[in-house]
Amino acid sequence: MIKQGFFERNIKYLFPLPAVIFVVVLMVFPVCYTFFLSFTDWTLTSGKPLQFIGLQSYVSVLKEPRFHAALGRTFAFTFGAVIVEMVLGTAVALLLNREFTGKGIVKTLLLLPLVSTPVAIGIVWNLFYDPTIGILNYMLSKLGLPQSGWVTDAATVMPSLILVDIWQWTPMITIIVMAGLAGLSTEPYESAYVDGANSRQILFRITLPMLMPTILTAVILRSIDALKTYDIIYAMTGGGPGYASENLNILAFKYSFEYFRMGRSAVMLVILFVIVLFFSLGVMKLRKAFEL
Amino acid sequence: MTKKVLIGFLILCMCGSLMLFAQGGQEAKSDTQKPQEIRVMLANHPYGDLLKKRIPEFEAKTGIKVKVEQLQEAQLTQQLTTEFATGSSSVDVFMTRPLQEGLLFMKNGWYTPLDSYDFSDYPQSTVDIGKKTGVSYIVPLVTEWEVLYYRKDLLEKAGIAVPKNFEELEAAAAKLNKDGVAGFASRGKGNAGVTQMSSYVYNFGGRYLENGHAVFDSPEAVAAIRYYGRLNGTYGPQGITSMSWENIMPVFQAGKIAMWTDASVFYGQVVDPAKTVIPKENVGVAAFPTGPKRNNPFIVVSWGMAIASKTKNLDAAKQFLEWATSQALAKEGMMSDITMARNSVWKDKDVLAVMNPGLVESQATAAANGYPYDRPYMSSVGAARDLIGEVIIESINSKGESSKIPAMAAEKAKAVNELLKTDGEYQP
Repeated sequence: MIKQGFFERNIKYLFPLPAVIFVVVLMVFPVCYTFFLSFTDWTLTSGKPLQFIGLQSYVSVLKEPRFHAALGRTFAFTFGAVIVEMVLGTAVALLLNREFTGKGIVKTLLLLPLVSTPVAIGIVWNLFYDPTIGILNYMLSKLGLPQSGWVTDAATVMPSLILVDIWQWTPMITIIVMAGLAGLSTEPYESAYVDGANSRQILFRITLPMLMPTILTAVILRSIDALKTYDIIYAMTGGGPGYASENLNILAFKYSFEYFRMGRSAVMLVILFVIVLFFSLGVMKLRKAFEL
Repeated sequence: MTKKVLIGFLILCMCGSLMLFAQGGQEAKSDTQKPQEIRVMLANHPYGDLLKKRIPEFEAKTGIKVKVEQLQEAQLTQQLTTEFATGSSSVDVFMTRPLQEGLLFMKNGWYTPLDSYDFSDYPQSTVDIGKKTGVSYIVPLVTEWEVLYYRKDLLEKAGIAVPKNFEELEAAAAKLNKDGVAGFASRGKGNAGVTQMSSYVYNFGGRYLENGHAVFDSPEAVAAIRYYGRLNGTYGPQGITSMSWENIMPVFQAGKIAMWTDASVFYGQVVDPAKTVIPKENVGVAAFPTGPKRNNPFIVVSWGMAIASKTKNLDAAKQFLEWATSQALAKEGMMSDITMARNSVWKDKDVLAVMNPGLVESQATAAANGYPYDRPYMSSVGAARDLIGEVIIESINSKGESSKIPAMAAEKAKAVNELLKTDGEYQP
């Protein structure tokens, strides 16, 4: 019988301990504390200690029109950006799957937006978008097209931001789909070729259905981030003009760090957390349906 | 045997990583043995830049090591508030905005009282803004007042004199608004525009807050809001509702704006030859135009300096505060067109020789007639500015014509009163 010391007997608890402590302290605790805060009226400006007020904050937040608008924009931004990225990213991946001269260079260039820092992207795109001295309006005027207010006009600010998001994140979908393409088996293609299928049928009846699980994985990853988009919106418009580009994350930030109303912002963050959770679960269920 | 060694090594690694987090506590105990070190937070402001350059001199003179961080104004407030709210901040000295966070910080007891500081060289109103129940907490650094920046060459070419009142201002804007140049600009970005619109509100006879409640829905204030919206909406650059000073300045420097009302503190940056295509002699600074009811532009302490109440290095912090707010550095700030609070530097011969005479004259006017607040003075000023900002944007978008403005102003005034009530600052 091998001598069983304390460490040997409890080794299955000791080895994961650092990781468990890390997850509990940095992930579980903040989420639980935020959940707790959402039931209080804590503000930093009143000079009074926090008080438990139950669901009152939830009621007032859910009734606020600014919250509804931000909620709508969060979904509009996510759907608008992710659907385009999904289609565009897959198309680019399919193109890159063939051999052509300069493929390596094209691949590198196409992946550059992914590695740039969001704030730098925001600053540069703000310069492009400036209505008076920006390059995009200059090009539009040279082509004889009407100029746009881009991010300074409440009507065009969300599409302009979605454009920046598409530019930045399509490469990520491309990479994931390319990995998926590399893993596809060649047998269905061989039998399809023998059966006389044309390239369009191969694309839509064989390639895409087999790729769907991969594409949907990419969509889940991208959607979770898109629902929580903060960096480019804050760097480019700060939620403006007025409140026209506020999504849930930006609104919650304003409530915490500009208005110092921690209880209210905790409510918004709990709601955002629930939305992201259900969204991911929903897409995962969809993905299972495609896995044959 | 090897298993025991491996496990022992693993526990050692875990303890080692925990040691990294325990550094802070250990440093405090050995404070007297190591050279003194203080943590200073500065703002992304011309005077903050000046201090940052000069800090090595302070370190050499006193032997105190300075860890300096510099942040944009809104982020500085957020960082300081977050740190102080946790009660365990290591910040010692910091630049602070008396009008934006002064009330909040004084309420929560986050400033150290400055009983031994000599305030004699400062105007009384600038010292009073940093006081609570007779105790001083903030040393005034920079004062600013609203001025009219204008293109001398464009005004001369159009044969217009520098506008002295709002009627002349509007007429000039209309005449200068051509050939791709916007006749007029002033901050339109909601929250940011509240401070610059304040002088318009005051000169029309209104105020933001009076006797502890919101009054910016009065007919005078609404008239000012309409005027501001009309000028910006009709003669302003495209996208003005998204522009604060950092967006207007490059467009002015590119030659595309004829007149711009904003705070006096930006003059040095506006004429910086590295950033502008307009020669210095073509940029003029004039006193803010008078309105139908008053000549009362804002003149405020925009930045001050304070010591954190929980500082562990009070003596070193006091030494830094004395040095950073000294007359010598104030004079240097003035020589680079940073408008300082101290009285003596405004009378210094060397300073008057280099400073733009228009700037000096506008200071004299503002000091004689000005109002010491440029925003609603309350703890929840951030939220209040956003609310008033909504009315500004509505006015600009409708060129001042919208019929919704009076009702909107009343609605926002009510909301501001609610904020005051929540914070215990409301007086009916």
